[in-house]
Amino acid sequence: MAKREGIEISLAVAEAVKLADVDMVAAYPITPQTHIVEKLAEMVADGELKAAYINAESEHSAISLCLGSSIAGARTYTATSSQGLALMHEILYIASALRLPVVMTVVNRALSGPLNIWGDHSDVMGERDTGWIQFFAQNGQEAFDMTLQAFRVAEDHRVMLPVIVNIDGFTLSHVIEPIYILEQNEVNKFMKEFKPLNALDPRTPMTFGAFATPEYYIEAKKQLEQALFSSRKVITEVWNEFGKLYGRKYTPIEGYKANDANILLLTLGGIGETAQTAVDEMRDDGIKVGLLKLKLYRPFPIQELRRMCKKAKTLVIAERAMSIGGEGGPIGFEVRSAFYNEPTHLKIHDIILGLGGRDVRVEDFKMMINHALKNKPKEYELIGVRE
Amino acid sequence: MSEQFSVYVPKLINKQEDFVHGHRACQGCGLALAVRLILKAAGKNTIVVSPTGCLEIISTPYPQSAWNLPWVHVAFENAAAVAGGIEGAFKALRAKNKKDNKKINIIAIGGDGGTSDIGLQALSGAFERGHDFLYVCLDNEAYMNTGIQRSSSTPFGASTTTSPSGAVSMGQITWKKNMAAIAAAHNIPYVATACPSYPFDLMEKVQTALKTQGPKYIHCLVQCPTGWGCATDLIIRLGSLAVETGIFPLYEVINGKYKLNMDFPKLRPVTDYLKFQSRFRHLKPADIAIIQKRVEQEWQALKQKVECFKKTGVK
Ligand SMILES: Cc1ncc(C[n+]2csc(CCOP(=O)(O)OP(=O)(O)O)c2C)c(N)n1
Ligand code: SF4
Ligand SMILES: [Mg+2]
Repeated sequence: MAKREGIEISLAVAEAVKLADVDMVAAYPITPQTHIVEKLAEMVADGELKAAYINAESEHSAISLCLGSSIAGARTYTATSSQGLALMHEILYIASALRLPVVMTVVNRALSGPLNIWGDHSDVMGERDTGWIQFFAQNGQEAFDMTLQAFRVAEDHRVMLPVIVNIDGFTLSHVIEPIYILEQNEVNKFMKEFKPLNALDPRTPMTFGAFATPEYYIEAKKQLEQALFSSRKVITEVWNEFGKLYGRKYTPIEGYKANDANILLLTLGGIGETAQTAVDEMRDDGIKVGLLKLKLYRPFPIQELRRMCKKAKTLVIAERAMSIGGEGGPIGFEVRSAFYNEPTHLKIHDIILGLGGRDVRVEDFKMMINHALKNKPKEYELIGVRE
Repeated sequence: MSEQFSVYVPKLINKQEDFVHGHRACQGCGLALAVRLILKAAGKNTIVVSPTGCLEIISTPYPQSAWNLPWVHVAFENAAAVAGGIEGAFKALRAKNKKDNKKINIIAIGGDGGTSDIGLQALSGAFERGHDFLYVCLDNEAYMNTGIQRSSSTPFGASTTTSPSGAVSMGQITWKKNMAAIAAAHNIPYVATACPSYPFDLMEKVQTALKTQGPKYIHCLVQCPTGWGCATDLIIRLGSLAVETGIFPLYEVINGKYKLNMDFPKLRPVTDYLKFQSRFRHLKPADIAIIQKRVEQEWQALKQKVECFKKTGVK
C-alpha cells in the first residue's frame, strides 16, 4: 500500500516519472527544475530506472531529442522552467502538430528581465497556444498524481498529444509535503503500455513533418484543435479511473465552498491553498466567498467555469502573469471572454499578483475580496507594487 | 580516390531508388543527386532526418513525399538533436527488450545553414554525446531555400542576396567556415568531404561511415545552378573543378588521422572554377589573387596534416 511520506515535491515528481517507467529523459538544467532531473539522473545511474538519460546541450535540443525519441516509440519525459521553456517555444508547436505524447513538467518561474529565478506563471502563459494539454497542480500530491495521469492521457490513441504539468517554482517544487507515493504494483494497475500510432520503422516507411501549402494548413490546424477538445473526454475518464483506484478525485475546476458563494476567487497552482485559508477565515466573518481552482488550463473548461459561476455576482481572478500592454492578464482575458455573450451580470476583477516570487499571503486574498465587495472595479490591477 | 572494389564495378550498385522522381528540385540540382547516391549506399534499413531547407521543401509537399524510407523533419536548427533522440530511444527500447536488435542506420541530412550556422550547437552536442549516427551536410554554399542568402559556408567573394556585390562591395567578405575541421575537432571516429561529381567516392564514404560506430560526419559540396548562376549541364564538371583547383579537397579524417583522397602535383588555377558561375562574375583580378593565395595555403596546410600523420604513424 502507498505510504504517506514527507518528500520534496520535485523528488515526488521524479518518483512518478520512475513509476511510469519512462524510456527516455532528455533535459537541460535550469532552476527551479533541477531537483527533478538530478533525481532522475541518479535513478538511472543507480539502475532503479531503466531509461536513457540524455544530457542535452540546450533546452531547444532537449525538446528536439524528446520529439525524436517519441517518434521512435519511446515513452519520453522532460522538465524545464522559464528561459528554458521559452527556448523550447518553437518546437512545442511541432510536438503537438506531430501528435507526440511527450510529458513535461514545467516548474513555473518568472521570465527575464530582470533575471529572476522565483515563481510565477509568465513562462507557461507564453505557451498557451502551442496545442499542449496543460494541468496545474496546487500541491505535492497533485504534482505526483498528475504526472502519472499525464502519460495516460497523452498516450491514449484518442488523444496522442503532449502534456505539460505545471508546478510552481520553489513554493511547490522545493517544499517538503506529506505525499502518498504509490507502490509500483499499484501504479501498474493504472498505467498502460505505450503503443505509438505510427512506428518509425524502415519496413513501413512514413514521412513525418511534411510541409503544408495553404490548401492543407487550416485542415491540419483544425484537426489539432479537435484533438485537443476531444481529449476532454479522455481526461475525465482517466481522472475517474484514478479516483476509483486511489480515492483522489480530479476535476477541471475544483470548487471550494463555491456552491452558495456570492463572490468567487479563481486561482491556478499553489496559491489555491492560501486562498482556501482566506476563504475559511472570511466565511467565519460571514462573507459568502468561495474558491475555484483551475486544474485543467488546456483544453479550457469553459462550460464548467460558466456553470460554477452561475450563482455568483462577482468573480475575482488571482493570476501570476501579465500581458504587458493589454488590459489584464492572460487568464483574465480568457475568463472575461467566456462570459461576454452569456446572460449574466458577473462582475469580473482581474488581479495580477505574486510576480517573480513575491509572496502571496492570506491577507492579499482578503484585501482583494474586500475591494471587490466595495465594488471598486478596474479592468485589472497589479497589486503589491511598492510605489 | 578510393581504391575499393566497387569503384570498378558500378554494376553492383544498388538499383533501388529511395529518393524517388517527382520531387521539386531545380534542374541540375546537385543536392538531389547527392541524396539519391547517399540512399543507394545506405540501403533499406535507414531512417533519414532533415532540417528545414531545400531538401525538405523539394521532397515533402503534403500530401506527397519523395521518400521511400522513414523520414522526419521537425525544424531548421535541430536535425542532429532529433536524430540523437531517435538513436537514444532505440537504444533504450532495445535495452528493455521492446525492440529487436536489427541495425538501423540513422542519417541526418542538412544544408550548410542548418549545419554550420543555426544547427551547429545541436550538432556539436550530438557529436559530444556520441550518438551512433551519420550527419551529412549538403553544402550548396548559401541559404538556397529562402532565396540565396549568404551563410557562414558561402565562399569568399560570392555574391548572394544578403552579401551582394556592389559599387563598394565585393560580395561575401568572410572566408568559408571549415565545418569538416570543426567536426574533426570533436574527435569523432569518421569525418570526410565528398561531392556527387565523384559518385563512387561519395557512396564509399557513406558506407564506411555507416560501418563505423559513433558519430560520423560527411561534408558534401553540392552544386546549385540556381544559387551559383551556372549552366545546369555543367554541374558535374564544376564539382570536379572545385576539387582540382584545391577549393574543395576530398579527404577523410579517420580516428583523427588525415588522409587525402585526391592529390595533384599541381592545382588548377581557381579561375577555372570561378569563371563558370555568375556569383563570382564581379570579382576583380586582385580579389581572385587573394582567393588563389588562400586556397594554396589551405591546400598546403591540409597536406601537412596528412604528412604529419604519415610520419608519426598515428593510427
Ligand atoms: C528558426 C528558423 N529561422 C529561419 C528559418 C528560415 N529558413 C528556412 S530554410 C533556411 C535556409 C536553409 O539553408 P540551408 O540550410 O543552407 O539549406 P538549403 O536550402 O540551402 O539547402 C532558412 C533561413 C526557419 N525555417 N527557421
Ligand atoms: S535552389 Fe539549388 S539546392 Fe535548391 S533545389 Fe534548386 S538547385 Fe537544388
Ligand atoms: Mg544551403
